[in-house]
Amino acid sequence: MGAHTDTHGGAAHGSVKEYIWGLIWSVVLTAVPFGMVMAGGFENGLTLVVILLCAIAQVFVQLIFFLHMNTSSEQIWNTVSAVFIVLIVVIVVLGSIWIMNHLNHNMLMGH
Amino acid sequence: MSQLTVPEAGYTGYVSEEHHHDYAGDTLLGFWIYIMSDCILFASLFATYAVLSTSFAGMITPKELFDLNFVAVETALLLFSSFTFGMAMLGAQKKNMTQLMLWLGITFAMGAGFLAMELYEFWHFTHEGAGYFTSAYWSAFYALVGTHGLHVFAGMLWMVILVVHLLKDGITDTNFTRLSCLSLFWHFLDIIWICVFSLVYLMGVM
Repeated sequence: MGAHTDTHGGAAHGSVKEYIWGLIWSVVLTAVPFGMVMAGGFENGLTLVVILLCAIAQVFVQLIFFLHMNTSSEQIWNTVSAVFIVLIVVIVVLGSIWIMNHLNHNMLMGH
Repeated sequence: MSQLTVPEAGYTGYVSEEHHHDYAGDTLLGFWIYIMSDCILFASLFATYAVLSTSFAGMITPKELFDLNFVAVETALLLFSSFTFGMAMLGAQKKNMTQLMLWLGITFAMGAGFLAMELYEFWHFTHEGAGYFTSAYWSAFYALVGTHGLHVFAGMLWMVILVVHLLKDGITDTNFTRLSCLSLFWHFLDIIWICVFSLVYLMGVM
């Protein structure tokens, strides 16, 4: 006995090591884009790509190390709903930007 | 797990006491679904912000106001509070009340520090001529960042109420489920903040 396998369905438990790794990764992935923007002198396109990549990476770091998301059967509905929401969020955000840019373009240049 | 037995008298077919942990799992999944719906709220605020990101109406721009050193401290507070909440959860798993309360207290203090800095920032921006009424850009800014701040405030209120529960009943199964829900909520707020500092502050000064 003693093996702590009780996962409470929705949220698996972590360990000190896991949280510390999560913290280290988060600090690095925050420091890099902040440092790059504050130091300046980089090409805007490159900075933009680094900011976005670090943000996406850090979201995954937090989901895995802090929220303990995985693909085990207890967690499958959490993961499936999250994937569905990511789809909706992408449609809402990118769709809005796309449509409104076209609208602005037509308003300003269309005459 | 329960064995196959002949149902007792009064058996109704409903699962009751012996599957208590499944209820905790259901509660957490339900709360997770709520968080996912909150993502859609933030997605629409982010979309609005992105669309209005250059609508300054000839008024003051974020480039003139944003101070990245200030934002870095805010970010550090929220990031470390996510870690300290994790430590509090580990304390709760070990039924260690002292560890739980200590880390929960640190988390609360960091949340309060973050909120105080954000309120100061809002006051400062308004004072410098960037109120919520100044331009479409600033309206979108206050709506997005303010909604996140309100969530942090709600999380802190929840923390206080949970401490009252914990002092009254100890680390019971029910209180542990509540704590797990708050943990999901708090980490979720940190994830939203990652998007805020990347898309609003860092891109705002570029």
